[in-house]
Amino acid sequence: MGPAPLGGSAGLLSRAEIEDNFADIKPMLDKTRAVVDSARCFFCHDAPCVEACPTDIDIPNFIRMISTGNVKGAAEKILAENIFGGMCARVCPTEILCERACVRNTSEDRPVDIGALQRYAVDQLIETGHQPFTRAESTGKRVAVVGGGPAGMSCAHRLAVLGHAVTVYEARPQLGGLNEYGIAAYKTVDNFAQREVDFILSIGGIDVKPGQRLGQNVQLADLARDYDAVFLGIGLGGVNALDLPGENELSGVLDAVGYIAALRQAKDKAALPVGRSVVVIGGGNTAIDIAIQVKKLGAEDVTIVYRRGAENMSATGHEQEFAQVSGVKIKHWARPILLIGKDGAIAGVEFEYTRMGSDGKLSGTGEKFRLDCDQLFKAIGQTLTPPEGLATAKGKIVVDGDFKTSMAKVWAGGDCVASGTDLTVQSVQDGKLAAHAIDRALRANGAVRG
Amino acid sequence: MADLSTNFVGIKSPNPFWLASAPPTDKEYNVVRAFRAGWGGVVWKTLGEDPPVVNVSSRYGALHINDDRIVGFNNIELITDRPLEVNLREIKQVKKDWKDRALIVSLMVPCEELSWKNILARVEETEADGIELNFGCPHGMSERGMGSAVGQVPEYVEMVARWCKQHTRMPVIVKLTPNVTDVRKPARAAKQGGADAVSLINTINSICGIDLDHFAPMPMVDGKGTHGGYCGPAVKPIAMHMTADIARDPETHGIPISAIGGIGNWRDAAEFMALSAGTVQVCTAAMHHGFRIVDDMITGLSNWMDSKGYRTIDDFRGKAVPNVTDWQYLNINYKSVAVIDQDKCIKCGLCHIACEDTSHQSIAALRVDGQRRYEVITEECVGCNLCQHVCPVPDCISMVEVDTGKPYLNWTQDPRNPYAKKAAE
Ligand SMILES: Cc1cc2nc3c(=O)[nH]c(=O)nc-3n(C[C@H](O)[C@H](O)[C@H](O)COP(=O)(O)OP(=O)(O)OC[C@H]3O[C@@H](n4cnc5c(N)ncnc54)[C@H](O)[C@@H]3O)c2cc1C
Ligand SMILES: Cc1cc2nc3c(=O)[nH]c(=O)nc-3n(C[C@H](O)[C@H](O)[C@H](O)COP(=O)(O)O)c2cc1C
Ligand code: SF4
Ligand code: SF4
Ligand code: SF4
Repeated sequence: MGPAPLGGSAGLLSRAEIEDNFADIKPMLDKTRAVVDSARCFFCHDAPCVEACPTDIDIPNFIRMISTGNVKGAAEKILAENIFGGMCARVCPTEILCERACVRNTSEDRPVDIGALQRYAVDQLIETGHQPFTRAESTGKRVAVVGGGPAGMSCAHRLAVLGHAVTVYEARPQLGGLNEYGIAAYKTVDNFAQREVDFILSIGGIDVKPGQRLGQNVQLADLARDYDAVFLGIGLGGVNALDLPGENELSGVLDAVGYIAALRQAKDKAALPVGRSVVVIGGGNTAIDIAIQVKKLGAEDVTIVYRRGAENMSATGHEQEFAQVSGVKIKHWARPILLIGKDGAIAGVEFEYTRMGSDGKLSGTGEKFRLDCDQLFKAIGQTLTPPEGLATAKGKIVVDGDFKTSMAKVWAGGDCVASGTDLTVQSVQDGKLAAHAIDRALRANGAVRG
Repeated sequence: MADLSTNFVGIKSPNPFWLASAPPTDKEYNVVRAFRAGWGGVVWKTLGEDPPVVNVSSRYGALHINDDRIVGFNNIELITDRPLEVNLREIKQVKKDWKDRALIVSLMVPCEELSWKNILARVEETEADGIELNFGCPHGMSERGMGSAVGQVPEYVEMVARWCKQHTRMPVIVKLTPNVTDVRKPARAAKQGGADAVSLINTINSICGIDLDHFAPMPMVDGKGTHGGYCGPAVKPIAMHMTADIARDPETHGIPISAIGGIGNWRDAAEFMALSAGTVQVCTAAMHHGFRIVDDMITGLSNWMDSKGYRTIDDFRGKAVPNVTDWQYLNINYKSVAVIDQDKCIKCGLCHIACEDTSHQSIAALRVDGQRRYEVITEECVGCNLCQHVCPVPDCISMVEVDTGKPYLNWTQDPRNPYAKKAAE
């Protein structure tokens, strides 16, 4: 019998230990904390935090509402701009967004805890199951949304509010996109991603078709023909390769995103095979997330190797620090040059040190070192699988300021376009703005009732 | 969704939140911004006869807590310092552009019938919804025989109210000064004079602080200062008491009240409405944070009403009035004691020291297995609830009713009351 394809082995930690490790990393504030933190907000005019939030949430106003006990009003304020306010409160890198802009940093080096307050308000509203929005009178228009991630669902909800009939085509069995299959498990516990999707769907007027993959079961040209408009929120489906011999043959050489998806769906995390010595290659969110999660699953040594310096990593300083306090080692300025196998399984990686030339180009120094490992994760970026017939550039679907693609009746947003950073909150904003653009286009075409 | 619309002595507004007569309502520019932000109405900054008054600088004082929070605010400004003609023109324009909002004009002219008659005729031309008589301003104007100098003399209040009722078709609201010992007297006078409603409170005589380098009151004007009008969160309890007094008084009971004083959020507003206010007016909170605070006021009040099942403001308006009583009618046999939630307690000891030094020595400071622990000595606790107020943790100390097994008994019936005994003999 050959080695297990995932490498490593299950059961390094007990079920109870693993459950403990994957507990909510930042649980909801209690009322006392919420009151104290909300009182710290100055209620700034033209607040810098709002400018820094990709979805333009009226932060001072929602925080004031929390401070007066108007928690429902606060939640509605948040959701009016960002229907994924609950997930964003959990996963936004606030240290580079709203909280970085907070004027409290200037006055005393500690921002208002905006993300936590946002969660405090939204979680309580979602708990009640109350959908605060109502649908405008039906326009008689039908829109197909492809991809049920943050971009697609944000677009679908807004379109439904505006009175259009929406059908969501999703390749996977469940809606939510990376909220359901990608975000680190300890950021979104208790099945929150699905509860949030259910909350979004409760607006009504959104028909869901799971297991429908564009390019396989459905074709873009057909959708464009059958619907008044199409929105693509298909994210980045592929992953980059190392392009080293053995990559596809050796067991235990894994794609981080795929492993995380399995981890997020696992009924029993203790049954997941984990290496004792794990190497992660990459420098972004995904590298940090896989490293921390395998550590939490019981890996003894986890090392992230990145080919440039700490300041070049797309993972924020806060995330790098969190990896380090979780026991993950980060090595900079090295790239893999050789995968070392033993009996068909990964046994180690040879790296070469790198440096930045004066021409801004990365080159090897010739010096080498070797890390032994029984699992190797690739986290070197995701790639677009472009639907046929659409103009792309630099690996993304080309859109104009209105999220309109090169194809008639087709819009796109989220990770599959180059609208800004590849973050949940940016995808939500893209979906929302695209919904308004579609609405404008459908109304301009006339024939919209109401 | 709750219906927040109000009809106050015939003046309609989409919500009960009005801006009080003050700088926020000084001119068209501000008022239009306020209406855009969602305010239901405004009382225009007090108009007077030409030539306009002249203001000094600085004009404001404030009492702060924790550096950035304004607890109380004080000013030595006078009424509008803009020509009457300009104000009237702008009022007319605003009313024309914002028909659904309430626009009331505040007035203060010398205590002569002709002065009032003349200005009323000019205000009527603007199509404003009503007038408010400023009998409250406690500085500057009072020295000229206007403002609180009128408001403090019930006979004058009645007289001017009567003139106004005679000379205008518009509803007349009398704005009362709190700088009196018994607010019921001017309120009764307003009613006698035929006023449709009262609004209260205007500002309270105050000195906000002394600059210890210059030994002068703040705000300082060239090394000197004067008393100003106090307002903001700190005056809310005073305004609530006065509102309750007017609501309970047999002579003024039922008179429409527009409540003012320290209102900054929906909860403040709801409290005044429970004391029978039909609309509320806001000044300091808007001056501190801008007009957008009305957003929380509207959604907060509406959400709270929904949660309680109140459809309109009248469904709960005045509900607290029957529960405001005189001390002598409180139940002497009712007893409550403090209970500490040990899971919430952070062991700061504030409850202990407050009770030990200044109350009834009813909270023990213990060490249990070397750990700090604070426990109520229930038999000693008189239920004063000092500890509950000093505890920094919300809902940590609660006052819990103790069944004394005794029936309702008030002081007029209590055998320990020497006067009660006399009456019984
Ligand atoms: C491991 C990982 C961790 C991350 N952590 C964070 C974080 O902490 N904070 C943060 O802000 N961002 C994070 N991100 C980024 C964030 O998840 C994405 O920016 C965001 O989910 C993009 O939303 P989207 O809707 O554009 O795409 P996705 O979330 O990828 O959703 C796309 C959806 O389309 C479906 N789909 C794809 N192709 C087709 C097709 N052909 N036909 C039908 N359906 C299709 C997919 O199944 C999926 O449901 C992380 C990303 C990864 C990979
Ligand atoms: C700067 C300032 C100017 C004011 N000017 C007037 C005025 O011209 N006429 C008037 O009736 N009240 C005036 N007031 C009183 C307010 O209308 C209001 O009655 C008082 O401030 C209490 O409300 P608040 O606690 O919300 O501020 C003024 C208050 C302030 C702070
Ligand atoms: S959505 Fe994200 S960036 Fe925007 S306010 Fe909330 S936590 Fe901050
Ligand atoms: S910048 Fe900070 S203090 Fe200012 S409104 Fe935003 S959260 Fe509040
Ligand atoms: S004041 Fe409150 S928190 Fe402090 S010791 Fe007493 S009960 Fe505990």
